[in-house]
Amino acid sequence: MTETGLQPESLDLDPAPVAPERDLMSKFDALIAERQALIDTGVTDPFAIVMEQVKSPTEAVIAGRDTILLGTYNYMGMTFDPDVLAAGEDALRRFGSGTNGSRMLNGTFRDHMDAEQALRDFYGVSGAIVFSTGYMANLGMISTLVGKGEYVILDADSHASIYDGCKQGNAEIVRFRHNSVEDLDKRLGRLPREAGKLVVLEGVYSMLGDVAPLKEMVAVAKKHGAMVLSDEAHSMGFYGPNGRGVYEAQGLEGDVDFVVGTFSKSVGTVGGFCVSNHPKFEAIRLACRPYIFTASLPPSVVATAAASIRKLMTAHDKRAQLWANARQLHGGLKAMGFRLGTEAPDSAIVAVILDDQEQAVTMWQALLHGGVYVNMARPPATPAGTFLLRCSLCAEHQPAQLDRVLAAFRAAGQAVGAIG
Amino acid sequence: MTDRTQILDTIKAQIEPFNKKQVALTEATTFQGDLEWDSLTVMDFVAAIEDEFDIIITMNMQAEIENVGQLADAVAKLRG
Repeated sequence: MTETGLQPESLDLDPAPVAPERDLMSKFDALIAERQALIDTGVTDPFAIVMEQVKSPTEAVIAGRDTILLGTYNYMGMTFDPDVLAAGEDALRRFGSGTNGSRMLNGTFRDHMDAEQALRDFYGVSGAIVFSTGYMANLGMISTLVGKGEYVILDADSHASIYDGCKQGNAEIVRFRHNSVEDLDKRLGRLPREAGKLVVLEGVYSMLGDVAPLKEMVAVAKKHGAMVLSDEAHSMGFYGPNGRGVYEAQGLEGDVDFVVGTFSKSVGTVGGFCVSNHPKFEAIRLACRPYIFTASLPPSVVATAAASIRKLMTAHDKRAQLWANARQLHGGLKAMGFRLGTEAPDSAIVAVILDDQEQAVTMWQALLHGGVYVNMARPPATPAGTFLLRCSLCAEHQPAQLDRVLAAFRAAGQAVGAIG
Repeated sequence: MTDRTQILDTIKAQIEPFNKKQVALTEATTFQGDLEWDSLTVMDFVAAIEDEFDIIITMNMQAEIENVGQLADAVAKLRG
């Protein structure tokens, strides 16, 4: 039973091992052959897209063609915000292009401190730690928090960074069926009472865009004496009265011990973080290897993040527009008869479920040629072996753009027989 | 019937719904090689075994279990 769980947002780079001969690269032969077979059918390689120009949060030029971006995580459309750009340009000129060092040594500049202050203000918490990516934040928090003889309990559909955080650490790993409160309860009940436990949840699961029943799950975790970490990467900016995430929307601010997030989605740059009210939270900086043994973010990046986070605190119009856009796209696709990842527009992700790889790739390419970029996702990244065309909305999408997107989906869906 | 025989019989019964290729089961039957299970099938099967025996087989332990006999040993040990 050597298996690694789902690996969302990655290709399968862990194929069944073959005799290595002398060339270690020979283990990738099956993967290379599968990719070649796909390309030989004449389709554009879905995992080798190049953005030649980016014109706005919602438009780019791909293969010389103006394209509507419907597969980025630029939920709040902050990447071209004038205040955000100005903050980045100023920091770039005043502090240079990089830090050349770890946060722990010479890599903490004014703007790293400012980004952490912006996070404390945004989340209303006492502690914030910035990591170099969201992946590193999960890797670092999970592997550092939970030690030998303690337990991480995670959802089966967890993001690759959560699984990898488990592998990096020394804890015992237990997983439960996706979003099943009963399954979580049962498993926690079978673990030793006295052992330390961390339940890792996500507000929004990125493949299907479904929301977790956090309220019930957190109650179960607390009943069994477990601490809770919620990854709110796909919810920051537009759930809850302050845009803090699904945990805020479900009234759990006093109950979730650690919130992990990213700068690469709603914030519009790159980086990761964890926030917490735990009085000893700062100790993470002293013990966390993915925090210590990597270079810190460039000053311009943390300056753009700080400016963006402060604007997100009051981005009420953008929030409203993003939800209106999600309703328009979800409603339109549902009315056409597409099978979707969620019954209702529960998040800013709308996943179209298709039968097989050929249908998914053909339709993905037809959309691209029609000037619409979406994400194609395939097993093992996807739950239950499904093939998905994943759309993610932006607050800057205009209703007219989404009308064009819907027309392109109708044409492509009919051409491959996904809808009548 | 010994405890271990009982455990083996229960495990084999739990394998059946997932045994699409109708592989003849012995203690040496491997989950990945012989039954050709993918990670999702393994996940469902492990959950079924855990519920049947009221135990937890951590992912750390799962990494060491390759065949039916090893699973029976692990279950016997976990039931203590």
